[in-house]
Amino acid sequence: MSRQKVVVVGNGMVGHHFIKQLSTEHSDDFEIVTFCEESRLAYDRVMLTSYYTGNSADDLALATPEQYDQMGVEYYLNQQVSAIDAAAKTVTSSTGLCISYDKLVLATGSFPFVPPVPGKEQAHIHVYRTLEDLDAIAMSAKSSKVGVVIGGGLLGLEAANALKQLGLKTHVVEFAPRLMAVQLDQGGGELLKQKICDLGVEVHTQKNTKEIVFGESCRYRMNFADGSYLETDTVVFSAGIRPRDNLAREAQLKLGERGGIVINDQCLSSDPDIYSIGECALWDNKIFGLVAPGYAMAKTVVSHLTGTEKAFKGADMSTKLKLLGVEVASIGDAQGNTEDSQSYSFIDSATGIYKKIVMDQSGKILLGAVLVGDSTDYGQWLQLALNKIEINPPPEYLLLPQIEGKISATSTGVDALPDSAQICSCLDVSKGQLCEAVVAGATDINALKSCTSAGTGCGGCIPLLTQVMNAQLSKQGVSIDNSLCRHFNYSRTQLFDIIRVKEIRSFNALLDDCGAGDGCEICKPAVASMLASLWNEHVLETELLSLQDTNDNFLGNMQKNGTYSIVPRIPGGELTPEHLILIGEVAKEYRLYTKITGGQRIDLFGAQLHQLPHIWKRFVDAGLETGHAYGKSLRTVKSCVGDSWCRYGVQDSTSMAILLEQRYRGIRSPHKVKMAVSGCARECAEAQSKDFGVIATEKGWNLYIGGNGGMRPRHAQLFASDIDDRTLIRYIDIIYMFYVRTADRLQRTSVWMENLEGGLDYLQQVVFADKLAINDELICQMEHLIDTYQCEWKTTLENPAKLKRFSHFINSDKTDDNIIFSTVRQQISPTNNTPELASQR
Amino acid sequence: MNSKAKWIDICQLHDIPTNTGVCADLQGQQVALFHLRSYKSDGESQVKAVANFDPFSKANVLSRGLITEQQDKYYIASPLLKQQFCLDSGLCEQDESVSIRTFDSRIHRGLVQLREVF
Ligand code: SRM
Ligand SMILES: Cc1cc2nc3c(=O)[nH]c(=O)nc-3n(C[C@H](O)[C@H](O)[C@H](O)COP(=O)(O)OP(=O)(O)OC[C@H]3O[C@@H](n4cnc5c(N)ncnc54)[C@H](O)[C@@H]3O)c2cc1C
Ligand code: SF4
Ligand code: FES
Repeated sequence: MSRQKVVVVGNGMVGHHFIKQLSTEHSDDFEIVTFCEESRLAYDRVMLTSYYTGNSADDLALATPEQYDQMGVEYYLNQQVSAIDAAAKTVTSSTGLCISYDKLVLATGSFPFVPPVPGKEQAHIHVYRTLEDLDAIAMSAKSSKVGVVIGGGLLGLEAANALKQLGLKTHVVEFAPRLMAVQLDQGGGELLKQKICDLGVEVHTQKNTKEIVFGESCRYRMNFADGSYLETDTVVFSAGIRPRDNLAREAQLKLGERGGIVINDQCLSSDPDIYSIGECALWDNKIFGLVAPGYAMAKTVVSHLTGTEKAFKGADMSTKLKLLGVEVASIGDAQGNTEDSQSYSFIDSATGIYKKIVMDQSGKILLGAVLVGDSTDYGQWLQLALNKIEINPPPEYLLLPQIEGKISATSTGVDALPDSAQICSCLDVSKGQLCEAVVAGATDINALKSCTSAGTGCGGCIPLLTQVMNAQLSKQGVSIDNSLCRHFNYSRTQLFDIIRVKEIRSFNALLDDCGAGDGCEICKPAVASMLASLWNEHVLETELLSLQDTNDNFLGNMQKNGTYSIVPRIPGGELTPEHLILIGEVAKEYRLYTKITGGQRIDLFGAQLHQLPHIWKRFVDAGLETGHAYGKSLRTVKSCVGDSWCRYGVQDSTSMAILLEQRYRGIRSPHKVKMAVSGCARECAEAQSKDFGVIATEKGWNLYIGGNGGMRPRHAQLFASDIDDRTLIRYIDIIYMFYVRTADRLQRTSVWMENLEGGLDYLQQVVFADKLAINDELICQMEHLIDTYQCEWKTTLENPAKLKRFSHFINSDKTDDNIIFSTVRQQISPTNNTPELASQR
Repeated sequence: MNSKAKWIDICQLHDIPTNTGVCADLQGQQVALFHLRSYKSDGESQVKAVANFDPFSKANVLSRGLITEQQDKYYIASPLLKQQFCLDSGLCEQDESVSIRTFDSRIHRGLVQLREVF
């Protein structure tokens, strides 16, 4: 058989998925050409909003030109297909290119619907669909203070989140009487509205926008049909999507009454050589606005083209999301439209949780559900509904929090699911397929993801995926291992408790008590850190010396050529001219490279081992201390000038930053900890990206926790508002020590928070209500650490035995002749090592 | 048969804190010298020696790495990019095509001694 030529119009998520499937499985039989109207190949539209929180266009890319070249896929970027000649079997592009096909696949997706509101065509009025849209919105945001999203559906709320992240005062305007009208019922919608209002986003329901005119206090004014108005600088329309079916219409393919390319179970349109998949396709009079059904359609077409004939049979539209930080989920028949169905609901208005289930007539089969505020039950319930699993206890037991009946209703867990149960709906992977992969050796989540693709779409199924994997592993007799390393069969938290309760003070004693072998790069530094967090002995004590990782080992960060950096502590970023001059003098004398760090202090690079004590002596004598740049401990507490200088400042942020830095300096923790204090809501100290962020208010301080910069940036979450100095410190004491006790090794507070069951709410209960009754103990522990603080360099300098290690050779005064510097921008730069790798054989 | 050079005194055993390393100058060569003693109560001291030059980072730093144990074998983890080298064979755990030189070492009357293997 000669190769068939398949032309794919549209290189969005579904078009790309189709191409990938067809070319990986059957590359020899097909010649693939694709047209892409956008300027880049397919990217992850589902994750679009993460473009504002750290993901670049490259991170979001699903395909690269290199991959397509390798797969032999011919692609045209920036080119729209403008006509189809179904009789001649050709397509023509906007640049006049004409290409013939054997089979045509229309994967043109949809476009955002913008209602015909007068004034909608202005510079700062946008839609939310492509990366270009997001760039345009970000540009507008720069010159805006207020933003409005028109449309309170799923996408609208996501867009509102984006506006909020861009720092705008955000409003959502919805025509219907409730938010997310498609997925939620009245009760769920109300609660969601409440929660979102609490976050500072204003929600206006039952508002029909009549026109957009010039504003008075803002750029625009939106006039509503009921006579009221709202002023805003930017508008994002998110009023639904419409299938892009114009090409098909011109080619006279059959369309639905309200648009959409009509397809059959094989995803064929009314023309036997033209398929349609994704959001432009209409199956059984339904448009599917999610990627999973699109992927299923892509699969169907691949099978049809290759003769296996798998039919498309519709798709589940259940969704679970986190919108503006609020968990929302909807399963199956959430509105209770099925005849004779019965609904039950549970409302906890204190914590803001709404749950509703829709049961069939018999009360034994779950048909649908709505969850707002807490969607932990989603995975379990979705499986109950999809697989029509019979529930024996009365249905209300499903809803009630933690009572025995509930446990027996659902704790059958993943074991109760049939092998056919679909676990990952994005990539259509069943429980059976996952179990097979585990049996075949995919015994950790990453392996399982890469060999089954499950979990690589929206990621929502990963908790369930993990459960299936663990259940399968334990069935195979493999116990789930969270031991620290091969030397200790305990997790970090367990080891911490053992060390604390048995008052173990050395690695020897711990190994004797509960370890095996002689330690490794994982357990040694972890145990050293735990011992330090508990007993706070000098890290270079003989007993502890051999456990320290590189940097702690010589109290400095080792640089690429074996030299060290020197970072004196500059609390709150405040530095006297005398100290500044001294730092300059020392740097000049020892010819060190000098740089202002990203953490508001000064780093001196290029000091050799034998120079460290001399340099530190100069600093310690002048009253400067070690900055612990080398330790998994408190780094910097960034500050702004606050009310002592700044016209906007409402509290003395600099003093607070210095106080915090001096309080927590030197404390060893599972990973480094960063803090910042801003003097007002303008947030010049970037507190919301820190582990502990403090922002001044008129009445006191707002405390944020769990922020992170680095590889996976995370915004800190508001923990407490308007608290006074004492309360602030008390809260930080407790949370800091609780983190030290319970986090995994090398886990920043952000990841710790993510993994903390119950999350922020739980932590608030621990701190505010002393739920675990350990707060006094934690504070006491913290005070012990504060009281036993010592400047590690000062102590080292006072101890000649410790200083002996600071020379390059044990048997000579020579220095390392491999340390060579050149001069770059008037400062030294290491030159001896080249990055390429040579075998030493 | 390997021809052996003479043993050369480097330092006292107690100059090297247990389970850490130092760098020795062996007639112009940098040697990373380690004092091992099992953490278990009955451990006995032994010394091991390899080249101090880390072939990955191209810096003289291995003596300042962390000692690790795996199935009764000891390795030194480079302080820079963390590759591990077997203290007996010099072989790199992460990349079999790379190995570093090893040296003969012993404890002789409380002194640590080194000699080259040709
Ligand atoms: C010097 C500095 C860069 C600079 O030239 O400005 C720096 C340098 C290093 N950073 Fe950093 N980071 C520096 C500010 C930051 C910041 C900005 C900040 O603190 O405001 C961040 C992002 C904020 C954050 O951590 O949340 C940052 C995120 C990282 C990360 C990623 C952490 C993460 O959770 O993803 C690492 C890697 C790690 O810790 O595992 C890292 C690791 C390192 C190490 C320690 C890498 C290493 O092991 O050699 C570098 C050693 C510096 C040295 O020798 O002193 N550095 N690093 C900055 C020192 C600040 C200070 O005064 O202490
Ligand atoms: C912000 C956002 C969040 C979302 N979140 C979720 C979610 O959490 N879960 C979920 O399941 N779904 C989500 N979706 C929906 C999901 O992105 C879509 O269902 C999916 O992208 C549909 O894929 P598609 O290939 O059909 O359409 P698209 O991805 O839109 O791709 C169609 C492509 O075809 C191109 N095109 C159109 N006409 C032509 C032509 N004539 N010539 C050449 N090219 C053409 C378009 O430019 C586009 O690039 C979200 C969507 C958005 C915008
Ligand atoms: S955060 Fe506020 S007080 Fe601090 S410098 Fe910025 S504007 Fe001034
Ligand atoms: S359900 Fe979306 S990745 Fe699995």
